[in-house]
Amino acid sequence: MKPVFARSLALAFALSLAGLAAPLAAQPAPKPAPSPKPAPSAAATAAAQAEEGLTGSVTDESEWQDLGIAIPTFPTNEMLPTAADGGNTEALGRNLARVIYGDLKNNGLFKPVGPDALPAIAFGEVAAPAFANWRGRSAEMLVQGFVKSASDGRLTVGCYLYDVALGSELARQGYVVKPEEWRRAAHKCADMVYARLSGESPFFDSKIAYIAETGPKGNRRKQLAIMDSDGANHRFITNGQATALTPRYSPDYSKIAYLSYLNGTPRIYVYDIGTGRQTLVTEGKGPTFAARWAPDGQSLLYSMAIAGNTDIYRVPVTGGASVKLTDSPGIDVGGSFSPDGSKIVFESDRSGSQQVYVMNADGTNQKRVSFFGGRAATPEWSPRGDQIAFTHIAGNLRVAVMNPSGGEMRHLTDSWQDEAPTWSPNGRIVQFFRTAKSTGRTGIWQVDLTGRNERKLNTPVDGSDPAWGPVLP
Amino acid sequence: MNRQIITTLLLASSLALAGCATTPAELPPQPTGAPTTTTTTPPAPQPMGPAPGSRADFMASVLGDTILFDTDRYNIDSEDQGILQSQAQWLGRYPGKNVTIEGHADERGTRDYNLALGERRANAAKSYLVSVGIDAARITTVSYGKERPVALGSDEASWAKNRRSVTVTVE
Repeated sequence: MKPVFARSLALAFALSLAGLAAPLAAQPAPKPAPSPKPAPSAAATAAAQAEEGLTGSVTDESEWQDLGIAIPTFPTNEMLPTAADGGNTEALGRNLARVIYGDLKNNGLFKPVGPDALPAIAFGEVAAPAFANWRGRSAEMLVQGFVKSASDGRLTVGCYLYDVALGSELARQGYVVKPEEWRRAAHKCADMVYARLSGESPFFDSKIAYIAETGPKGNRRKQLAIMDSDGANHRFITNGQATALTPRYSPDYSKIAYLSYLNGTPRIYVYDIGTGRQTLVTEGKGPTFAARWAPDGQSLLYSMAIAGNTDIYRVPVTGGASVKLTDSPGIDVGGSFSPDGSKIVFESDRSGSQQVYVMNADGTNQKRVSFFGGRAATPEWSPRGDQIAFTHIAGNLRVAVMNPSGGEMRHLTDSWQDEAPTWSPNGRIVQFFRTAKSTGRTGIWQVDLTGRNERKLNTPVDGSDPAWGPVLP
Repeated sequence: MNRQIITTLLLASSLALAGCATTPAELPPQPTGAPTTTTTTPPAPQPMGPAPGSRADFMASVLGDTILFDTDRYNIDSEDQGILQSQAQWLGRYPGKNVTIEGHADERGTRDYNLALGERRANAAKSYLVSVGIDAARITTVSYGKERPVALGSDEASWAKNRRSVTVTVE
């Protein structure tokens, strides 16, 4: 068993070199599930020290990318009709494996092989893999699972992660879901694999709110829309009659705060997804924009302009009096809470140009943190607390990160116009939107913290203003 | 009332066309919903040009409906003052008319900030009109941020046209 452990550590180490790993103390290196290993000693300590010395550095992760993960179709014990995609449990098993494959393929860490390129396995093999066959295919990791349909239509999905070289099981989980939620079972399985192999927190089982854009540059139609983290289950919330902008999911996904020109002027509304009703965030007279939720979902920040002067306010989600947090004669706008809710990072041009400031959640102790030239806008605090993503404006608009004190600034993107970063629930990926020069076409993109693994999300039409929500319970 | 006048003018012009020696390729359609009873109103002598107090009249009377701003700025320069003064004169002539001032930004900024910046620019124009005697209650503002460009290029010339406030009469 010793070689396994060494290899697991090596994986964790490779990740930390890539600037992607949680501290080893917080998230121990993967251990074979069946027989927990004793606490790592010398090797782990060395790795931890090495990681500390490399904090924030970006190095090559090609070694890690060599990890091959085979994901064959999830067999079923009995082919039964189901309301889930595929129509029956056999076809559904292939779709489940495809979703897991898509999740793992798209984050830049793994080289998975999906069910369409692999032989089918028998139901009995799920818990007893034919390791020798998989070694022959040079798969290092194996994700197997099954799907069953109960008489009430509910689905049971099993998910197993195996280390092929060792011939041992690393993790397993089971999920019971309604047929229409079948993709969530696949995302949960992908999350288990990702978390087990990377030592990071999961993020696939989450949703994104954004603005769908159509029409020519001079007359864009902008609709509020939502989708799963992989673009599935896409749904338009507004019909585009009134321009919609800058949505934010509440932490429990029950509401979306967004800007609408519904009555001619820009105002923030809180839309209840269950009832379809929406309310104004404040009855205050001025235009309101830049809504942001507190981490506990109990209050909201919004920015309001009065006689041309914009300040940031906080209001309980149930309504009631707003508290004014900023009072500078300049534009104070946006705001993003630290994960513990104690601080707010925001944007202000009180110094003469847009810069990033941090204050206590009650508005006291406002301090500028960005001092690296150019303008710094749209700061968003990482869910891990260790980074602030923002838009750096120096000629082009680029997505960048810095630590909460304004140090260690580095760009993640380099394009004509990238703006408005939003974090993945685990604080490892930043999503943003990119505008094309001249045409004004927009698209939602994401990039990992190395800045190397950048990709465009598939949306039915152009997209902007993405807002990523937390992992679903 | 305005509609009646326009209808009357249309009728008069179509009659004039019908009286021409050459037959127009396509005759104007018969005006619909124009009952003969309206002809009981004697056609008042109208000056040529837009109806007084109309949006067209505003456009014909002022130096311009738009003032432009430098990048990230919202100050009213002397050229802007001339334009706004001509708007103030028109507003002084039609005390029953109200205006909305739209504030805009170019595409080279972040969305929320540009909304705030557009609001700031609209308010700068409003403040000037108030300073020369127009009742603030007659002026509303709305910011469109970078949502409604008039010039569609991604170059300095286009951005300069888009950093603007536009005064629109409320009909």
